[in-house]
Amino acid sequence: MKLSQRRNMRLALRYVAATLLTLFFLFPIYWLFMISFKTADEIYAYPPVWWPSSIQFSNYLVLFKDGDAATVGNSLIVAGVSTVIAMFLGTICAYSLARFRTGGENLANWIISQRMVPPIAVVFPIFLLYVWFGWVDTYFGLILLYTAFNLPYVIWMMRGYILDIPIALEQAALVDGYTRWQVLWKVVFPMCRAGLFATAIFTFVFAWNDFIFALVLTRTEVATYTVQVTHYFGGQSNFWGKISAMSVLGTLPIFIVVAFMQKYLVRGISLGAVKG
Amino acid sequence: MADLKITGLHKYYGSMHAVRGIDLEIPAGEFTVLVGQSGCGKSTLLRTIAGLEDISSGTIEIAGEVVNDLAPRDRDIAMVFQNYALYPYMRVYDNIAFGLRARKTPKQEIEEKVQRAARMLAIDHLLDRYPRQLSGGQLQRVAIGRAVVRNARLYLFDEPLSNLDAQLRDEMRGEIKRLHQELDKTMIYVTHDQIEAMTMADRIVLLRDGRIEQAGSPLDLYERPATKYVAGFLGSPSMNFIPAQLVSQDNGLAVRLSDGALLSLPADRGNRFSRHRDREVTLGVRPEHISRAADDALRPGVVCHEVTIDLVQPTGSRTYATFLLGGVETVAELKAHDVSAPNETVKLALDMNRVVLIDPASEEVL
Repeated sequence: MKLSQRRNMRLALRYVAATLLTLFFLFPIYWLFMISFKTADEIYAYPPVWWPSSIQFSNYLVLFKDGDAATVGNSLIVAGVSTVIAMFLGTICAYSLARFRTGGENLANWIISQRMVPPIAVVFPIFLLYVWFGWVDTYFGLILLYTAFNLPYVIWMMRGYILDIPIALEQAALVDGYTRWQVLWKVVFPMCRAGLFATAIFTFVFAWNDFIFALVLTRTEVATYTVQVTHYFGGQSNFWGKISAMSVLGTLPIFIVVAFMQKYLVRGISLGAVKG
Repeated sequence: MADLKITGLHKYYGSMHAVRGIDLEIPAGEFTVLVGQSGCGKSTLLRTIAGLEDISSGTIEIAGEVVNDLAPRDRDIAMVFQNYALYPYMRVYDNIAFGLRARKTPKQEIEEKVQRAARMLAIDHLLDRYPRQLSGGQLQRVAIGRAVVRNARLYLFDEPLSNLDAQLRDEMRGEIKRLHQELDKTMIYVTHDQIEAMTMADRIVLLRDGRIEQAGSPLDLYERPATKYVAGFLGSPSMNFIPAQLVSQDNGLAVRLSDGALLSLPADRGNRFSRHRDREVTLGVRPEHISRAADDALRPGVVCHEVTIDLVQPTGSRTYATFLLGGVETVAELKAHDVSAPNETVKLALDMNRVVLIDPASEEVL
């Protein structure tokens, strides 16, 4: 076989393998979306219906009519607000750690170690504390908790990105007449924009996907969609239509965020990776 | 009046004593070069002037005002950094205008100043580009442009040419010097390159281990070094140091090398050194003060010595010849065709009017 033929053969094999892998990983998502568009009969049909005869939105309509869809809104609020706060505070802390060596060499390690605590180990003490303060089932309570839990991660990541910025860029701005705060705004943020977005996405996703804290610390008012989904698993039967529709609603924002920020995500992750 | 006055400046990094008592006055309009090997404290000194490093003790005055506690932006300085410090997300125009915008300069004025600086530095066709689209030399021009538009009282340069290749460095050296002549501003320039120091400076401040070893005009330092370190630092190839003894000869003095060779000192210099008679000295000879001895009579103060050449390095216009003198490898800068091959035995002439004698213990020039 000629060299060029062998090379083409290998390329073809690689494409086949890539396609199979992609299908394997995409299938559960496809199935989730399809179930949400099916009628009850189609959901339980055997052999399975691969493609519903008509696209039904009834599963979604029920969620909106009952007000269950509002839990997605709750998730958006707590994840969004806590991400903004954690990013702001965390980046400032990270700047302080990186440039003023606040707390010496080890403070950053201490901070990240907080993130290693398993949520289940702290959720019940926090619950008791929250009962005491009257924060259970409030936006404030969840936002505070997610912010506190995400801060170490933000600080750790942003510190790395900030350390990667050549310090002369900041010094040049200081000499040129800018204050430290202006330098942060005009030099540091633009320089680590990819890192900021990447970190923000991970922070948002953590709060968005959280189940254990939301389960213990919410009742009805601010229940997030992850908690709401569990209500459809009944003792007698599971409401697969609702489960899938709610799951799609919960997945879509993440899809959208990642699709828009893909550029930053890839750059942000690799930025930290190539540090010598 | 001095534009910059530094008194008793010390800087510690933890237990490391980086700057050890600097006193320096720089008159308005002077181009001062701080030069020394890496780790001598020259960059630290520059950064304390800029306010980027706190000082441990001493005072820094700019135009009569003590600036020890002033933030960098309140010191009215402009600085060019070694790695250009250009913002990759801004166009060249915005990079140059960055400092003016900090000071709320009117838009019209920014436009005029940026255009003028860009024309001066021949980068006016690059204003719409991003830094990543520029070559090293162009980046350096932009960095200089950013400082020039500022119209600051004091201009600081922190090894601005060290990232450029040799040819570009020569070119930029001339441009910065011309810029100084045009702007007539006080400039302080840090480098480790003695050629940059010699060619650009009105005054060289040579630093060693956080102290000023010697300060003065380039030729002053070159021709009248105060210490062995200064003598060896300036000049390329550097000065030859040969251990010797100062002895009496006839009515005057001579230098005796370890191989017994006697090199007589001219009468006027002999008088100056007479109180050091019979002492160990180090003889310092610059390569260009050794030449091929002509057959005709030697000038007064020039002595002849026969040597065998070890190594010949032609550079085109000159040829460097290496040989043993008093047991030490010595370099002479000869005319291009003075020697042709190693192992050749030639008669060389040493200009004893120009040599320096150094006390081996204190390393001070006698």
